[in-house]
Amino acid sequence: MSQPTTNCPSCGAPVQFRWSGAIQTTCEFCHSILVRSDLDWQKVGKVADLPFDSSPIQIGTEGIYRQKPFVVVGRIIYDWEDGSWNEWHVVFNDGNSGWISDAQSEYDVSFIATLNIALPPVEQIGRGQTFRFYDHDYTVTSLTRAHYRGVQGELPFQFWDKSDMMFLDLRSPDGRFGTIDFSENPPLLFLGEPVEFEALQFKNLRLFEGWN
Amino acid sequence: MGSTVMPPVVKVKALYCPSCGGPVELKGFAHSLSVVCPQCLSVLDATSPTFDVLQKLQESMRRTPTIPLGSRGRFDGAPFEAVGYQIRQVVDDGQVFEWAEYVLFNPYKGFRYLVEDFKGHWNFVRPVRYLPVAIPAMKPMVLAHSQKFKHFIHSQAATSFVLGEFPWRVKLGETVDCNDYIAPPLMLSSETTENEVVWSEAEYITGAQVWESFKLPGSPPAESGVFANQPNPLTGRPKAAWRMFGMMVALLFVLMIFFAVTSKSERVFQQDYSFTSGSTSEPSFVTPVFELKGRPAAVEIKIKTDLNQDWAYFGVTLINETTGQGYDMGKEVSYYSGSDSDGSWTEGERNATLTVGSVPAGRYYLRVEPEMESTTAGTIGAPHSMRYSIEVIHDVPPLGYFFLVLILLLVPPIWISLRKGMFESKRWSESDYASSGGSD
Repeated sequence: MSQPTTNCPSCGAPVQFRWSGAIQTTCEFCHSILVRSDLDWQKVGKVADLPFDSSPIQIGTEGIYRQKPFVVVGRIIYDWEDGSWNEWHVVFNDGNSGWISDAQSEYDVSFIATLNIALPPVEQIGRGQTFRFYDHDYTVTSLTRAHYRGVQGELPFQFWDKSDMMFLDLRSPDGRFGTIDFSENPPLLFLGEPVEFEALQFKNLRLFEGWN
Repeated sequence: MGSTVMPPVVKVKALYCPSCGGPVELKGFAHSLSVVCPQCLSVLDATSPTFDVLQKLQESMRRTPTIPLGSRGRFDGAPFEAVGYQIRQVVDDGQVFEWAEYVLFNPYKGFRYLVEDFKGHWNFVRPVRYLPVAIPAMKPMVLAHSQKFKHFIHSQAATSFVLGEFPWRVKLGETVDCNDYIAPPLMLSSETTENEVVWSEAEYITGAQVWESFKLPGSPPAESGVFANQPNPLTGRPKAAWRMFGMMVALLFVLMIFFAVTSKSERVFQQDYSFTSGSTSEPSFVTPVFELKGRPAAVEIKIKTDLNQDWAYFGVTLINETTGQGYDMGKEVSYYSGSDSDGSWTEGERNATLTVGSVPAGRYYLRVEPEMESTTAGTIGAPHSMRYSIEVIHDVPPLGYFFLVLILLLVPPIWISLRKGMFESKRWSESDYASSGGSD
């Protein structure tokens, strides 16, 4: 499979793409954040050093979700009061993309969904409140004030000049999972489900001292 | 083309305790938010670059975990390392109950927990990824993966000792509001803090499983009492015992029909007699010999009397002529009648039936000793007397035995049901729903 490449407009190093739909990526060498503008890539900023992080997933990790192979192409890192978590951007072999969130090695797979109801302002939403998305009831289990910490690799949208934002996590009795990201207007809705680590049949994971 | 570069190995972070200078390792990698210095028991903020001391425990508070921190055990098919240890306690009526919680870690599968209650009971705890739903009921319940969990206890658990590392900010003395719901061997627990409700699902395991998993030396201490979500060893047993009872009764019924159909009920002896008390002759006598043929079978001896306002006692022995082996029996017969304001009445039975089960074939005779109230010489009044007949019937259906067997068959299912109930009342005696009266 031939992969599209470009050269980093900042340092000139080759930048490889795993996904043709990328809107944003980072240069592995000079850590510039590049965004697509027409046919060109433009530097919009630089990623600070990534934090000490112990997700077993990395860019290039492969796996299988519901019989469909995927590869991890990018991520967003958030900090919150009690640590940090990763939203891994995964691309399936049919071209669709989704997210695997990894918070303390608990994994949720989700896909962006059109917000089909009008949400009240985030300040008026509380834990225990229930919303109905696409014929299923989701209950708010936590409200998290998160801080954008960094990005890496290919993303389906521009995401680089963020600061603090609110996230709602929702769960359902039958094990459905949802997240609402209030950093955009209207907010972004992601729907999915929790998954067990072994169910994703990962390959090319990181190694841990004393464990491999 | 995949990258040929080997993925970098995530290193265990090592640091020095800012309080005592001793080495401290972060086995939970970046997940650990708090770590306790094993040397001086300072609680350190693992997320701050300088590992700020948050709290300091007294050396006198030190407890030694049953499972040494750093050891690994297998659960759900994967190794997990014991990286953290905390003692929590609840105070109830001035009594302190405490238990230990181990933080188990695998860098790929995340965190699990192990709970030790110090009475030999253990629980393996997994995070809950779905939303348990409260069911409105007299006794609160929650529904989780279509299973009902009954509310067991509400408690305020306080952290009283910490060691190792934690994926949360641990704080000595911190209290959480807990509710436990049970569906043995599972228990759902909610811990409520101001920001969220955290659910976890515990599965009861034995000390032997923990010892086996961690390859601990020696053997686990024996368990005492019944733990909240300990499976009842008799679960399903009463049902099985009653099912077995039903099957045995059906079998018994078939046997009864078989015996009723195949029994010959053959009369082998019949004779009329009379008896008068106080007669000088010896009252006992023997009958002529009769023959029992065929399979060993029940023998019925029917005595019919003409007693009226009187009683008699029959001592009867069935004796094998060849071997001399005898079957002793006895029966009192009485018959009274009269009338009073309620009308006429009768009491007793003129006839008696004696049964001997499973008598082998052979030549037999009866030794009969009738007895009535004696009228001593010189007393006025007629002597007591009667006429009676003795009939011997061979190979009768042994219906009485069937009844006895039926009663014996009832014993196991009733016993098992009672024992199961006793286990359950022991379990619930530790809950919020313990019956206030009853046990002493």
